[in-house]
Amino acid sequence: MEFLVSSAVAVLTSCGVYLILRQRTFPVILGLSLLSYAVNIFLFSTGRLVQNLPAILDKYGEGIYTDPLPQALVLTAIVISFGMTALVVMIALSAYLTSETDKIDMTETTDEGDSA
Amino acid sequence: MSNLIIAPVVLPAVLAPFILMVIRHHLDLQRIFSMAGSIALVCISLVLTHQASGGEIQVYELGDWPAPFGIVLVLDRLSALMVLLTSVLGLCVNLYVISTDWDKRGEHFHPLFQFQLMGVCGAFLTGDAFNLFVFFEVLLIASYGLMIHGGGADRLRAGMQYVVYNLLGSTLFLFALGTIYAVTGTLNMADLAVRIAELPADDTALIRVGAVLLLLVFCIKAAVLPLHFWLPGSYANAPAPVAALFAIMTKVGAYSILRMYTLVFGPELALSAGLVGQWLLPAALLTLAVGMVGILGSRDISKLAVFAAIGSMGTLLIAIALFTPLATGAAIYYIVHSTLATAMIFLVSDLIIERRGKEIKPAPRMAQNGLISALFFVAAIALAGMPPLSGFLGKLMVLQASTGTPHQTLIWSVILIFSLVAIIGFARAGSLIFWKTTDPMEDLDLEEVQVAPLQTQGTVMVFVPIFALLFGLVALTIFAEQAIEYANATAEQLFDTSAYIDAVLGETAK
Repeated sequence: MEFLVSSAVAVLTSCGVYLILRQRTFPVILGLSLLSYAVNIFLFSTGRLVQNLPAILDKYGEGIYTDPLPQALVLTAIVISFGMTALVVMIALSAYLTSETDKIDMTETTDEGDSA
Repeated sequence: MSNLIIAPVVLPAVLAPFILMVIRHHLDLQRIFSMAGSIALVCISLVLTHQASGGEIQVYELGDWPAPFGIVLVLDRLSALMVLLTSVLGLCVNLYVISTDWDKRGEHFHPLFQFQLMGVCGAFLTGDAFNLFVFFEVLLIASYGLMIHGGGADRLRAGMQYVVYNLLGSTLFLFALGTIYAVTGTLNMADLAVRIAELPADDTALIRVGAVLLLLVFCIKAAVLPLHFWLPGSYANAPAPVAALFAIMTKVGAYSILRMYTLVFGPELALSAGLVGQWLLPAALLTLAVGMVGILGSRDISKLAVFAAIGSMGTLLIAIALFTPLATGAAIYYIVHSTLATAMIFLVSDLIIERRGKEIKPAPRMAQNGLISALFFVAAIALAGMPPLSGFLGKLMVLQASTGTPHQTLIWSVILIFSLVAIIGFARAGSLIFWKTTDPMEDLDLEEVQVAPLQTQGTVMVFVPIFALLFGLVALTIFAEQAIEYANATAEQLFDTSAYIDAVLGETAK
């Protein structure tokens, strides 16, 4: 399972980074989503990987449980990344509609580029 | 436990939805409530700073959960000062926005503005690393909205870059937090400090990776050199008053570096000794150099302001990178100065842009040429660190703090040489804008274009917030002794981590 989870994080991260470097809005948004999946899986695994254990402290049970905190962290991160994805789609759409290009870099409109 | 600590977060958080949902269609009401909120925030933060100045660290436990399990807000001298700075800056920017009608150019300015204040105040007050991430996101979401306020193709495309880059930064932040959590099992800063100090010496590889990742994230926020390239495009295209408000956002990065790398990854810990300063110092020197050269090289006034902001971050980060109490005191003094000065140059540049366009080139004389040129001159003096104003004192303190360190010659020469470059840059821009004016009669087309906005822009109110910022700079110079005392006391408190840890974890330990 460790191999599966870590390779999933690796594959998602590398695909995400590749897509972000494409410099067109749609691949970049896809890449950001993949990256956020990768980070969610990564966060999920930070509490150690275990199987078939409850995520809460069972007062009367055996006392074996999986760490609930990463799940709370992942939940927050998922909510935030959903909101961010929706926002970035809206901004990308309006940027595309007003400037009629979906390139991320701004060399066409500004004469000096990004400086330094 | 005083409930006032959470007020800087709750007040804007309540006000923003109220403005958005109830009084959305009444701009005057929106302005009244937004101003009232800003004034109230200044009052609250004054009280908080007064409470914190005694040196006592106050802790607010959300939901009354004890520290390592629940989320805490911590008020010490540094966070109180930063909240005060945020609220004062917020008030000035709000006043400027209202008096120039910037809030009419797009919808929902005031709710976004309040959410931005909430995020910034929360980031300064929180005592929990994950909560820091959440408040970063709050302030970023609001800043995305503010950044594209008013629209326009260029602004939207720059906003797109800004959003994508910051989303990448957030992802990196989560990776860093995950790594740190995997090693220590906690994200409360005080608890982290305790556990990291107890880590066995041969088991520190992973936590070092986490520390460096975290530093990268904060450096992105603080626009340190190799990671600064999001800033010129986005701030130069953002509405100028919004860019002035963003002056505090780079400081959030600087604040986070100060907080995390004195408390959690302290300079005296074996695992993090030299880990941060070693990388941060050259980057800070380069940031200063690029910022000041950028001032000299920029061809439009908003880029000039942007590079001035980057340059002042460079000086600030040099002071932070030294990680001695003396240098940290200098850094804290310089944070206040550079925030006010940066905000001022953005507001002044907005006045110039409204009257004669972005580009630094000869153009017809604009209205209130004398007053605006004087303000530009003062802002330039402040940012270049010339004698009468607090920038000079701040720079002097940084130089003083670096004496005796191994890189003294390098730091001194970089700061002094690039101050000169900045002065030349400002002088060039100022003389082109204010002295080399063309005769309007020569070019009738230009005159028609220029005359129309002049009449609408003649209000005195526009200058009030700029003079308020200037007043802040002057006060910082006149009351330098008290300010430096407070800064040094703050630095002392930062390096005395046991007091912080006791305040946060004390009640649980009992």
